[in-house]
Amino acid sequence: MRHEKIETNAGLLIVLTLVVISIGGLVEIIPLYFIDETIEEVKVSGVETVRPYTPLELRGRDIYQREGCYTCHSQMIRPFRDEKLRYGHYSLAAESKYDHPFQWGSKRTGPDLARVGNKYSNEWHVQHLIAPRSVVAESIMPNYPWLIENKLAYNDIAERLKALKLVGVPYSRTQAEYEENVKRFGEDVASLLDINRAEENLIKQAEQGNYDGMPGVITEMDAMVAYLQVLGTMVDFKQFEDGHFATFR
Amino acid sequence: MSEDKQKRTVQTTGHAWDGDIQEFNNPLPTWWLWGFYLTVVFAVIYWFLYPAWPVGEGYTKGVANEIEYVTAEGKTVKTHWNTRALYQQELQMARQKQAEYQQQLAGKSYKEILSDPGKREYAFSVANVLFADNCAACHQDGGAGLAGMYPNLVDDDWLWGGSFEQIQASISDGRNGSMPGFKKRLSEQQLDDVSEYVLSLSEQHRHPAMAKRGESIFNGDGGCFACHTKAATGNPAMGAANLTDKIWTVAVVDPAMSYTEKKDAVKQVISNGIKRTMPAWKSRFNELEIRMLALYVHELGGGE
Repeated sequence: MRHEKIETNAGLLIVLTLVVISIGGLVEIIPLYFIDETIEEVKVSGVETVRPYTPLELRGRDIYQREGCYTCHSQMIRPFRDEKLRYGHYSLAAESKYDHPFQWGSKRTGPDLARVGNKYSNEWHVQHLIAPRSVVAESIMPNYPWLIENKLAYNDIAERLKALKLVGVPYSRTQAEYEENVKRFGEDVASLLDINRAEENLIKQAEQGNYDGMPGVITEMDAMVAYLQVLGTMVDFKQFEDGHFATFR
Repeated sequence: MSEDKQKRTVQTTGHAWDGDIQEFNNPLPTWWLWGFYLTVVFAVIYWFLYPAWPVGEGYTKGVANEIEYVTAEGKTVKTHWNTRALYQQELQMARQKQAEYQQQLAGKSYKEILSDPGKREYAFSVANVLFADNCAACHQDGGAGLAGMYPNLVDDDWLWGGSFEQIQASISDGRNGSMPGFKKRLSEQQLDDVSEYVLSLSEQHRHPAMAKRGESIFNGDGGCFACHTKAATGNPAMGAANLTDKIWTVAVVDPAMSYTEKKDAVKQVISNGIKRTMPAWKSRFNELEIRMLALYVHELGGGE
C-alpha cells in the first residue's frame, strides 16, 4: 500500500494536505487576476473616480476596524432588487479595490453600509455613534461615546499610507508617482494621495469638514464620520447607462 | 459486531498499531460511489451550460443560457447567463408592473394625484416605504422628528416652507440650516434680553423692560431681523424659524417647562447657534419618487 508512506510521515502528510486543499481555492482565485472584466473600469471623462481613501478617511477606516464595526455591518450590496431598494446600486468590485482588508460580508446584524455616504448628515452620525437609541429607538447598536472624546492620533499617518502602498494602493512618494496619479485621478485627488503631504492633508480635511461639530479639535469622530460619508459615493451611477456594469460579467 | 463480519476475510491496510489494532480497507459503499460519479457528470454538464473555465483574458460563457433584458433606457441586451443580467431582468419586471401606475402619475400635478383615490393610494404606499427606509432615521417613524434636532413633519409649521414645491425642493436638493452663535458678539445681559424678547413673542410677558431692550437688539445691533424679519415671523427661503408661534423647531422648549427653563433653552440657541443639514436625495431617488415623498410629507402635517 503506497499511502502507508504518507500516513507514517507527518511532514509529507501536511505538505500534501495543504496542496490538495489549496487547489480548490487556487483554481477559483488565480484566473480572476487574468480575466479583464473582474474589476470594472469606472472612468468619467477619462479620469478614474474610484480613489484610495484620503488620510483622514483612512484613519476613520482604521477606527472602524478597531471597533469591530464589520462584525455587524457588511459593505457589499448584492445584485438583487430588494437590496437595491433598500441600499442602492449593487456594489462593484472596483469600489473595494483599495480596501485592505475588504469589508464585504455575509452577516448583517445592522444594515449594510456600502452606500451610507451622504445619506445622513454629519450631525446625525455624531449623535448616532454616541448614542444610537437617541435617534433610532429600536437600535441594538452599542454606544461609542469615546469617539468624540478621543483626540485623533495621526503622527503615524504617513507610515499607514506607506504600508498600504506596499500592497499596491497608489499613494505617491516620488514626483513621478505623483504625476502618474494626476493622470489617473486628476490633480485634486492626486494631491490628497501624496504621502509627503499626508499629515497636512489630514488636518486640512478635518478642519474644513468639521465632521464632529467641534471646530479646532480633531477627534476620532472626525475621522470616523469622514470615512462613513465617503462610502459608496465614488461611483456616480447617473453617469452610466442602466445595465452598463452588467456587461462586465 | 455480527459473527459474519468476523468470519469474512476483510482486507486491511496492512498496518498494525499496538500489535493488533488494524485498519479495514473495505470497498466504498455502492450508493456513495454512484453519487460521486453523478457529481462528476453534473460538473461536466454544468461546464457546458454556464460560465465556467477561464481561457486567456476571458472565460467560457456556456451555451443555450442566453438572457435577454431591456434596460431603463429601453435598450434590449442579450447576454450569457450571469447574476447581474438576472438582476436587470428583475428590475425590468418590476418596472413593467409599476409602469401602469407610474404613467398615471407622470406629469400630473400634486392636486390631481391627491384628488384621485387610486393615484393617491399608490403614491402613499410607495412613499411610506421610502420614508421608513430613508427619512425615519432622522425624522422618526411617522415623521414626528426629534425636538431640537430634526424638524417635526406632522405639525403644520414649516421651516423651509410647506408648499408641495418647497417640500419637493427640500427633499431633492437638501437644506443647510445655519444660525451663527451670538455669545461673542453680545454680552450676557444682551443675550438675556434677546431671549426674553423672543420668548415674549409667544408667551406671557414677564419682564417688559427686558423684552423692550431685547427687541431693539433683535431689530438693531444683533441683526436677528435680517433672517427672522422684523415681525419675527421667519423666512422660509433661509429656513429662519417663525418665532411668534408656540411651535419650537430648534430650541428644546417644552410646554411643561418653567419660564426660566424655557428662556434658558432659547438663550442656549442664541448663544451657540445651530447647524443642521438635510442631505440631498436627488442622487438616490428619481423625480417621481421625490414627488411622491413630497406629497406624503405634505399630507403628514397638512402642508400649506
